Amino acid sequence: MQIIFDHINYVYNPGTAFERHAIKDINFTINKGEFIGLIGHTGSGKSTLIQHMNGLVKATSGHIYFNGEDIYEPKYSMKKLRSKVGLVFQYPEHQLFETTVFKDVMFGPTNLGLEKLVIEMRTYEALKMVGIGDDLLDASPFELSGGQKRRVAIAGVLAMKPEVLILDEPTAGLDPKGRDDILDQIALLHKESGITIILVTHSMEDVAKYADRLLVMNQGELVMSHTTKEVFSRYKELEDMQLAAPQVTYVMNALKEKGYAVPTDVTTIGEAQQEIVRLFGLTGKESTL
Amino acid sequence: MDMIKVEDLSFEYIRRDENGDVESINKAIDNISLSVQKGEFIAILGANGSGKSTLAKHINAILYPTEGSIWVNGLNTKEEENVWEIRQTAGMVFQNPDNQIIATVVEEDVGFGPENMGIETEEIWKRVEESLKAVGMLEFRNLSPNKLSGGQKQRVAIAGIMAMKPECIVLDEPTAMLDPNGRKEVISTVRALNKKEKVTVLLITHHMDEVTYADKVIVMNRGKVVMQGTPREIFSHVDELKSFRLDVPQVTELAHELKKSGINLPMGILTVEEFIQSLTNV
Repeated sequence: MQIIFDHINYVYNPGTAFERHAIKDINFTINKGEFIGLIGHTGSGKSTLIQHMNGLVKATSGHIYFNGEDIYEPKYSMKKLRSKVGLVFQYPEHQLFETTVFKDVMFGPTNLGLEKLVIEMRTYEALKMVGIGDDLLDASPFELSGGQKRRVAIAGVLAMKPEVLILDEPTAGLDPKGRDDILDQIALLHKESGITIILVTHSMEDVAKYADRLLVMNQGELVMSHTTKEVFSRYKELEDMQLAAPQVTYVMNALKEKGYAVPTDVTTIGEAQQEIVRLFGLTGKESTL
Repeated sequence: MDMIKVEDLSFEYIRRDENGDVESINKAIDNISLSVQKGEFIAILGANGSGKSTLAKHINAILYPTEGSIWVNGLNTKEEENVWEIRQTAGMVFQNPDNQIIATVVEEDVGFGPENMGIETEEIWKRVEESLKAVGMLEFRNLSPNKLSGGQKQRVAIAGIMAMKPECIVLDEPTAMLDPNGRKEVISTVRALNKKEKVTVLLITHHMDEVTYADKVIVMNRGKVVMQGTPREIFSHVDELKSFRLDVPQVTELAHELKKSGINLPMGILTVEEFIQSLTNV
């Protein structure tokens, strides 16, 4: 159990006219190496929730355990926690500031007080991990494309060697190819390094493609914590929470209603293709297979 | 009649060093010609950096052509005396609703535009009411905008534009930051404005499923217009779109893949209903 949330509540401006109970009695555990998708309507508490994970926001009540230790213990080092749990904010490229790509990524590990050689090695590795080539190391981060800038910003967090990487809408505003590039890179990183990933997104298609398990937030409460397939099979409940399922899930459900023998827990194009091809093979309708 | 007419338009971003010497020239728009008819719903697709937003800023006279010309409702954007009229004719809505809302009460925010135009108070209130009604937000008129969801805020931003009675609205990725429901709300609002109020719409987006209802889709790549046609025509070219860093709706891609597997589906399927219909006909 890498991260445990135990009865976490957070209230903004308690005791004032602006009091707002942003997250209510949240309980969950996240295991090392999981790929979690965190979904929920705007204002459902997703961002408040992830800010608890690296101690940026302190819960009004409840406990959070990271690798077994209570992060609210007076002796617990928040600095250490923040180097282990990396948080990539929305539009992280707005935080780029250095004169070169390499220097910008060095900023994090330098603040950890590491040796120069170690810092440089980590920086180089982190940039490789996000697919930034040697030709761009000395470029100004402001000369890069939107997708490249965002990858440099993610490298800045990776250079801290976190055990958990939290990404808040990492693909907002990117074109479809840029979106796939970043998510493929994150999936590869997850596979190769075993890092825990928490992906916050409004794209149901993206979590369907990459996440093993989904946490669903609604009006400050955690309402589902199940496999991706299970969550999307309950698409009618999701719609009531202003969410949706991937388009192919709707296709399969509509086919089922028409009397075709297809599973309804399909969430990706590949699976849907396989099932429909099989359907046509079995029913012996016109097909060149 | 042309709402927007673009003729041989090119635009260069010129970067200069401290001494004012030219360091680099980046051609964001490369010799584009196109026209948009009054009342049309146009979607513009293109990768990051393809020139979509640069084009949009020309329609609002925020940027001026390096070469060529652009007319908005017959007014040339190059002529300075036209600027205010052009900006009232073509309103713009941007990506982040939080950057566009300025007042503490919804109705005051919507009234900001017409107030700046020097319109009489009575007429402002009339317009505020009509605009909020048109975007389905009338019941929220006395609320603080920070109590609203992302989709609702974006609809208030659209109402703010509508209150200036533009003939054309340009929306630059209005749904990029919204949840699925917010996206649906904004897109159906925009469609209703187009159908009922006859507003010409230019929608820039990265969400392929929002394009389905457009009259025409314009695809940009590296500053040029590379494809133009109905959504069905455009989405029939799955591989070509992918080469421009774009995508197609999931059902369109599924149909495309199934076709490759030998199931005889028509090209350019756009919606779940069409897909089911076509598949049951096979």
